[in-house]
Amino acid sequence: MIELLFFLFAAVALGSAINVLIQRHVLYSSLSLILLLTAISGLFILMQAEFLAVINVIVYAGAIMVLFVFVIMLLNLPADEDGVDRLRWLKLVGIPMGLFLLLMIARTVWRVEGVSATTDLAGTPQAIGASLFTDYLLPFELTSLLILIALMGAVVFAKKDL
Amino acid sequence: MIDYLTSRDFLILFAKMMVIFGGVMGALAYTTLVERRLMAFVQMRPGPNRVGPFGLLQPIADGLKFLFKEQTVPGNANVLLYYAAPVLSMIPALLSFSVIPFGPDLKIADINVSLLLIFAITSLGVYGIVLGGWASNSKYPLMGAMRSSAQMLSYELSLTLSVVGVLMITNSLSLTSIVQSQQGTWWFIPKWNIFLQPVAFVVYFLSGIAETNRLPFDLAESEQELVAGWHTEYSGMKFAMFFLAEYANMVTVSALATIMFLGGWNGPSFGPWWMEMALPTVWFVLKITVFLFIYMLVRATIPRIRYDQLMYFGWKVLLPLALANILVTSFLVAVL
Repeated sequence: MIELLFFLFAAVALGSAINVLIQRHVLYSSLSLILLLTAISGLFILMQAEFLAVINVIVYAGAIMVLFVFVIMLLNLPADEDGVDRLRWLKLVGIPMGLFLLLMIARTVWRVEGVSATTDLAGTPQAIGASLFTDYLLPFELTSLLILIALMGAVVFAKKDL
Repeated sequence: MIDYLTSRDFLILFAKMMVIFGGVMGALAYTTLVERRLMAFVQMRPGPNRVGPFGLLQPIADGLKFLFKEQTVPGNANVLLYYAAPVLSMIPALLSFSVIPFGPDLKIADINVSLLLIFAITSLGVYGIVLGGWASNSKYPLMGAMRSSAQMLSYELSLTLSVVGVLMITNSLSLTSIVQSQQGTWWFIPKWNIFLQPVAFVVYFLSGIAETNRLPFDLAESEQELVAGWHTEYSGMKFAMFFLAEYANMVTVSALATIMFLGGWNGPSFGPWWMEMALPTVWFVLKITVFLFIYMLVRATIPRIRYDQLMYFGWKVLLPLALANILVTSFLVAVL
């Protein structure tokens, strides 16, 4: 049963991830991204990390992607035309970078072995909260500072006469 | 897998699913009738009273009418998304009932983050509205969808933040244990969270009205400006799905308010064994009904506010109130 569900969610995740890339219309791309995020949440639930799964949906699918779709609708972006290739030079950078990322992921997967997320209570809100406020306190606080700075930047952009 | 599908556990679960789904759908249909009759009484007119005794068969007649109506698709609409939008707003609305405990045993799933799961599911409901408004390729639906998504994003914040106080008191994210923590009484006052968290309750209730796009916050479908908002171009069963989703969201918000602030299924228990089994669900449904009643009376009596007032109220009144409530509650929880 679990294996069946795993392959279902994995197939949906992979299919929608590919669909994000090949769609010409940006709205369809972002809708596929939402599907991808929900499929990944399903995978989290299979690993008994319910908290991560739910937070993933709330933050990304429920808040950030709504803003994406909102902006796409507001600007009423047309589908991409063929022939206009503004990102020609970026491809040259992108391919090595992609390969590098793939290499890093492969290396991580290679080195991690014998870990099972289903046994301990790693996915509960209590465990995540405790590790955020003890082991990872500095990164956590620095991230909040970064978000605050981004917020202030947005205010400065929006208000011409401050 | 076949073993599981024929096992006793699954059959019990299936029976529960049927009871909850059937009960909720039936209740939704009759909520529309109650709302129309109640609005009519407030406005001193008879309301729908022709179909059956007291108009009790009106929801069935409405359902049949929705089924047989012509299905129209506007020209130049995005057909795929136009058809998908009602489904996308109906699925999240019904999915949240999967974790709501209607009684000590009458619940489909019991996971330890069920409260967050409901927020996650309901936050996906906005896509149905946004896509429905966009795919119709018409100006009023687009305006309605814009307003609705901005409004739902703004009020979701204060809605989510208002329950943090309750979570800090009960120390759990599971709806079942939130209800269990409210058992018992202080002398004669029931041990409900509303007495510990009155500010959070007010913030939750007001943002709940805005979150479900009801009057006085129904800017998304304000009839005088936008015809009917995001579902202007929808007819027949597709419109009915939007309509039912709105009522289902209303019931979900009321059920959550009952669970978190009014003690869920807790209530006096008496009588023979079958009454002791049924009474918790009866109390739960009664409390939800009170909320729905207030919703309808608010709709019938209070006029719609302006859009800038709506945004001002959400960001500058409710959100600071919810944050202040979190601060005060965490301070008190730490001290006491």
